[in-house]
This record gives sequence, C-alpha cells and structure tokens, in this order.
Amino acid sequence: MSLFTLGIARGLLGQVLGMVIGMLLTCAVRILLGWEAWAAEPAWTVGAVCSIIGFLLGVGSLDDWLKWTKGIPTPLHHGPPVDKPAWTRYFSVDYNHKVIGVQYTVWGILLLMVGGTVAMIFRTELARSGLQFLGLDLYNSFIGMHGMIMIFAILLGVGGMANYLVPLMIGAEDMAFPRLNALGFWFNVPGSVLLLLSLFVGGWDAGWTAYPPLSARGPIGYQLFFLGVFAIGLSSIVGSLNLLVTLLRMRPEGMSLFRMPIFCWAVFATSLIQLTATQLIGTSFLMVSVQRALGMGFFDPRGILGEVSPMVGGGDPVLFQHLFWFYSHPAVYIFVLPGLGIVSELLPVFSRKPLFGYKWIALSSMAIAIVGFLVWGHHMFVSGYNDILRIPFMYATLLVAIPTGVKFFSWLGTIWGGKVHFDTPMLFVLGAISVFLIGGLTGPILATVPTDFPLHDSYFVVGHFHATMFGGFVFPFFAALYYWFPKVTGRMYNETLGKIHFFIMTPAFWVQTLGQMGVGVMGMRRRIADYDPTLGAGQIESWQLAVTIAGFAIAFGVMLMLWNFFQNAEVGAAAGDNPWRSRSPEWQIPSPVPEHSFPAPLHVVGEPYDYGLADAGYVTTASTGDD
Amino acid sequence: MTATAIEHGPEHGHAADDHHHAGESGLATYLENTRRNRLGMWLFFASEAFLFLALLVTRFYLWRGPHGEVVRPELDQFAGLVVTAVLLLSSYFMNRAEVSIANDKRTDFLTSLLITAFLGTAFLVGVVVWEWGMFPGIVKGHLKPTDGVFGAVVFGMTGMHALHVLSGVILILNVWWLGRKGHFSGERHWGVEACAIYWHYVDLVWIFFYPAIYLIGTTIDVPH
Ligand code: HEM
Ligand SMILES: [Cu+2]
Repeated sequence: MSLFTLGIARGLLGQVLGMVIGMLLTCAVRILLGWEAWAAEPAWTVGAVCSIIGFLLGVGSLDDWLKWTKGIPTPLHHGPPVDKPAWTRYFSVDYNHKVIGVQYTVWGILLLMVGGTVAMIFRTELARSGLQFLGLDLYNSFIGMHGMIMIFAILLGVGGMANYLVPLMIGAEDMAFPRLNALGFWFNVPGSVLLLLSLFVGGWDAGWTAYPPLSARGPIGYQLFFLGVFAIGLSSIVGSLNLLVTLLRMRPEGMSLFRMPIFCWAVFATSLIQLTATQLIGTSFLMVSVQRALGMGFFDPRGILGEVSPMVGGGDPVLFQHLFWFYSHPAVYIFVLPGLGIVSELLPVFSRKPLFGYKWIALSSMAIAIVGFLVWGHHMFVSGYNDILRIPFMYATLLVAIPTGVKFFSWLGTIWGGKVHFDTPMLFVLGAISVFLIGGLTGPILATVPTDFPLHDSYFVVGHFHATMFGGFVFPFFAALYYWFPKVTGRMYNETLGKIHFFIMTPAFWVQTLGQMGVGVMGMRRRIADYDPTLGAGQIESWQLAVTIAGFAIAFGVMLMLWNFFQNAEVGAAAGDNPWRSRSPEWQIPSPVPEHSFPAPLHVVGEPYDYGLADAGYVTTASTGDD
Repeated sequence: MTATAIEHGPEHGHAADDHHHAGESGLATYLENTRRNRLGMWLFFASEAFLFLALLVTRFYLWRGPHGEVVRPELDQFAGLVVTAVLLLSSYFMNRAEVSIANDKRTDFLTSLLITAFLGTAFLVGVVVWEWGMFPGIVKGHLKPTDGVFGAVVFGMTGMHALHVLSGVILILNVWWLGRKGHFSGERHWGVEACAIYWHYVDLVWIFFYPAIYLIGTTIDVPH
C-alpha cells in the first residue's frame, strides 16, 4: 500500500503543487503585463489561494461535486473503504459523521499540542525579565500564533463534538449533507498548514487580532495568516449550516425542540453565530489583504489629498476594529456555548437528578447568542471611537451576565441534593464551573469603562480570557473526551490516571489565571517580550515564574490524558454500552457505535432528563411494530 | 467570504440524480432532500447577507465629506443605469427558465437560461470594461482602486458582487449544459431552482449596492 492511498497525503501533495502553480501563474501574468517576473507577496498570496484548492482536489473532497457538474450520479458509500484497510478511512475523505467527528477531534487535539508547545516556549522566555532567547518580533509572532492556533483548535474541538454527537443525540442516520460535512473538515487542514507556514515567511507580529496599520505593513506572513483564517472560516460556515439543517429537519417524530438533549440547543445557538458572524472576520481580513496587495486604502488614513487638510478619502483603522469584533466577540460564545452545553448535559447524569430549568438553559443559550451581537464595542473603549458609544456598549455587556447567571443557578439547582458521583468527567465539569466563575466575574470588571481604562491591553485581560476559555471550553471538552471515550472506542480509560490529571490541572490552572491577572494589575502589558523586574514592588518575577510553572503542569496533565487514551483505546477494559447509565439516545446503542447507528427510527416517549424518576423513559430504539 | 461554486447549494447537484431514482419512495426521498437543500440554501443566503452588509456598512462609514456629510464619487451614471437594467432583466429570464422546466417545456427552458447567462455576462462586461476601465484603450474608467476610500469601496463592492455574478453565470451554463443532455424534469429540478434563487439573490444584492454606490449622497470630486 503506497502512502498516496491516504487522502491526506494526496491532499498535502496537491497543496504543494497548488502553491507552485499559483506562483508560476503570478509570474506569468506579471511578465505579460511587462512587470518584473518575481514579486514575493503576490506570488505567495496567489500561491496560497491555489494551495487550498490544490489540497481539496488532492484529498478528493470535491470529487462528487465535480461529477455532478458533468451529470454523473454519485451514490453515497457507507462503511469502510472496500479496497483498503479500514483505518485508512480516518485519513481520507469519509462521509460518515462519526468518522468526521473523530477527524475533527483528533486534528483539534494536534493543534492544541502545537499551540501549547508555542506557549511553553514564550512562557519560558517570560519566566525571567530581560530577553533570554526570543527576539521581540519572534515573540510577538509566537503569541499571535499561539492565540490563533488555539482558536483553530477550539473550533475543531467544537466541530468534533457537534458532528459526532448531534446526529446520535437526535437519532438521525447522519448529517443532512454528508459531502459538505467532509468538505467542512478538510478545509481545516490546508488552513492550519498555511497558518504554520506563515512563520517561515516573516510571521505576523500584531497578535491574533491583526489590527491595521501594523498588519497592513508587516511581513508577507500576514497574507498566509489571513488565508489560513479564511479556510477555517469557510469550514465554520459550511459546518454550522449543516448542523442547523440537521437539527431543524432530521429530528424524529415526537422530539420537539424542547425535548432535544440540551447539548443540541447549545450547538443550535453556536451554529447561528458561526453561520453569520464568521463572514465579518473574513471580510475584515480580506480588506486588509487587498489593501496590502492592491493598494485599496480601506484602513489607510492618508487619503487622496495627501497632506492637504481637511483630509478627504482617508480610510479608518477603527472601522477594522468594528468589523473584526463584530465577529470576534460573538466568537467567544462559539467557543464556550458548546462547552457549557456539555456541562448541562453531564451534570444530571452524574447527579442522578433532572436538569434544573431545562427551558431556561435552552433559552439562555439563545439569549447569549443574540445579546452577544450587540456588545462588540467593549473591546474598543480606548480605540478613539465616539465617546458616547461606550455607554450602550458597557450596559449591553453587563446584560450578558443575566443569561450566564441563569446557567449557573440551574447548574447549582441540578447538583443540589443529588447523589453526586465523582467520576473523572464529573470532576472536569465541576472544574469547569469553578474556572468559568473566575472568568465570568472578571468580565464585568473589564466591561466597566473606568476600570477597563487601566486594565485594557494588560495581562489582566489575558487572565480573564484564559479563565473563560478554559472554563467554557477546555475543561468541558476534556470532560466530554473522558465521558464519550467509552462510546467511541468501546473501552474504558484508566480512572486513576484521569483523576490525577484533574488534580494536577485544576489547581495549576487557578495559579496560572490568577497569576496572569496579578501581573497585569502590577503593570505587565500584553504582547511585550520583556518587563520591568521592579514592578509589583519587585514581586513580578516570582509571579511570572509561578505562571510558567503552572503552564508546564497543565501541559503535563494533558500529556497524561492523551497517554491514558492512547493506552486504553484498544486494550482497555470493555466499557459496556452504557457505563454512565445515561438516558441520552447515543447510550442506548452498542459501543463502539455501528456503521448505521440506529437499527430503527427513534421513538420519543418522555422527557430527556428525568433521572431518578421511576418508569420515565426518554427514547426507545426498538421498532414497536405499530407503524 | 466569497462564494465558491461548491457552496452554492449544498448537494445542488442532486439534480444530477434526477433520472436515477424511480418510483414513489424515490420521489419521497427526493422531496425531503429538496426541502433540506432549500433550507441549506436560505441559510447560506443569511450568511452571505452579513458579508454584503459589512460592505454596505463600510461604504457609509468611509464615504464622508469634510463635514461628515454622506458623499459619493462621480461615476458614469449611464453605465450604472444600463448594467442595473440588464441585471434586472436577466432575473426575469431566469424565472422564465424555472417556470418552463416546471412545466416540462424544455426548449423554452434552455433558451431562457442562455439569455440569462448572456445578460449576466453583459453585466460583467459592463462593470469591468465600462465602469472599471480595465481596458483603457476602449473606455477610460473614472476611478482606480488606489484612489483612497472611493476607489477601495467602489472596487471592493462591485468586485465582490461581480464575483458572485461570475459564479452564477458559470452555474447557469452548467445547468444549461446538463439540461441539454436531458437532465431535470418538471418533478425534479432542484438544480435549476437552486441556480434560480441564487441568481435572484445576487440580483437583490445589487438592488442595495446600486443606490449606495451611484445615487446616495452628494458627489465629490476625486483627484487622481
Ligand atoms: C463567555 C465567556 C467569555 C469568553 C470566552 C471571553 C473571552 C474574551 C477574550 C478572548 C478577550 C480578549 C480579546 C483580546 O484578545 O483582546 C476578552 C476581553 C474582554 N472580555 Fe471577555 N470573555 C467572556 C466573558 C466575558 C463577560 C461575561 C464579560 C463582561 C460581562 C466580558 C468582558 C470582556 C471585556 C470588556 C473585554 C475587553 C478587555 C479589554 O481588552 O480591555 N467577557 N474576553
Ligand atoms: Cu468581547
């Protein structure tokens, strides 16, 4: 079997070829126009666009559509490839949502490791003041890279959970558009490659937010970064579209919206944001990209009259911030809503009690998604926009606390008086709540204009968003990995190792996030490789060191988890079909889930979370024969 | 983000399967698939609306005179009017194509598609040659992309829209070609429907873009 039977190998080859073809094309056009043949920036940019197409063609995710354009029918193939070993389907285009879910998750974990490694490098640099081994520009490229890789990793993790779980939870045979689903995943691979490649053509030193004017003037790395984000953005858009259609049209009879497992509500709200807001980061980056490439001065304040005043026709960098944050604030809810859904999903299982206030939790996700669109200006209090705008943005932001609080209270209400089982997934859920609380409480401090002035662009913000993202995504994601590992593999992970992982990671994370906030209050700024050791009455260095050590401890915990999974995926103890005694549909079928998940359509006979109530079923999978 | 041919309608190519399902249950599956496709298509439009809204916001944010008044550059009003009329007319023929295939009138269907594609191409040529002045030997344009925010926004908005028109024309020609080979029927023509609603959507976008670029605000002289 040659390497190129694997779709991903063909894809990467296609990506290289696409890059070369794109560059040659650029040179050819330039020669035709009578210009100098080689210009690095256009060549790399066009090359990168072609490289994405090259990958998709190479991996084969466009095959069916290309056939359709010629009128050739393409029946969906179910099951592993006929002429290759079964495992190869995970490395090639496959239309089964369970395979795609695993592909998303594994690729997400890989990126998590790459992003984590980058973070460990610059954390080591920060452990002491002075410049040790990273230059100023490289440091800035690294923090931006860490941020964006982690965002990709989170989007992939979200995609993984949603793709694997949603069809199972609503008893659908697959997603609504399996081909689009595969395409949505494969966009991510060339996107990540471009992002990593950007480091080798100068990097990009403005942080993940890439504000112009810096991003409009920096190295070529920016173009590859923009295109990488573009690819991931397309993945978000087609993926969320697919999930929305699946949720709206493929539920079984009797499963009204308010009888779906609560995770589906979280995915629904998330997908609405992803479908729409993602366009804005695409547009804003595209505008910077064409400003660089074609001189279109959207954000260039110089104007056409040059030095003459009043300036006419000048662009405005603040516009970029509006467009960018119109995506990037709602984006934080893309990161956390699915995770919060996991928390709501798991709490009743491990407390053996009904979910407290199902409807309120479902609607609070929708409320967060909607209000989330109205608060982007809280990132711009010091941007120089009209002062008056600060007030509505401040109040709108504080309003988000209400639906978030609803979730907290219903979580407490669910645990209250329950017979709580402290298995590893439940520990991570409780860890998530504790960490998210820290993050959530620091939000209003930043949302209040007078307190944001000194804190903006300081490490306090870094501490805030690490707490929200760990509490809202990383901890719940790990809980989900432990919880559904037996469903995916049919085997049980090692419980002791899982608990050790938890008890290392949670306190380490508290130290990390509170430490970041602490150095921020002492005066440490974001995006600077060096700091004054006399800050914080000379205490800052020891705080920085503590944060670095905590970071390494977290990394160690994650390695422990991966080792645990790796060890037990094939040889662990058999888990049985429903080790957690869950009521959710995916646990009523065998583990690992067979190719066609459900033998017959689901019958919904009750409420999803009636744990502890006698004779209260939720779904049955057996065909009862009366229809 | 731009539309690529892949995005136009998830699975729109089911049209290609038109002749291959037979019988009642085949039709039921086809209808359910079409309902899903239709919903997917509308969600795609919702997504794209945000892209076009962002461009409109950019236009009204950036095109301001020295005293904050809404302004616009001097463009060729005649060119704008003609291309707009051509595009609106094309939507009529697209609709005719869809109605024709729904009634199994294949010849009408094919002719209408060709007229639509022709008008769409005429629109593109109008924008690229006449308004942009891509070929200064034929027509000299009014603005260059580098003319401050005026050039940037005119080229950004018309460019993004032209890209959608271009993909629409390609789609129409593809459907026409398949139609000539005997695909689609009165009962099964999701491919045609997808193409048609996409085309109307792109038209609708222009109905917002045209006044924003050509009509609203006082004109301002853009020096080169
Ligand atoms: C839901 C979980 C949340 C997540 C994932 C999150 C994430 C983030 C991120 C990533 C940033 C930094 C953006 C940058 O790079 O500049 C940030 C900043 C900020 N967050 Fe949150 N956040 C969350 C909740 C909240 C809440 C509940 C509030 C207010 C009630 C809030 C208020 C703010 C403010 C005002 C800033 C801007 C600080 C500044 O730059 O000066 N956040 N958040
Ligand atoms: Cu925000």
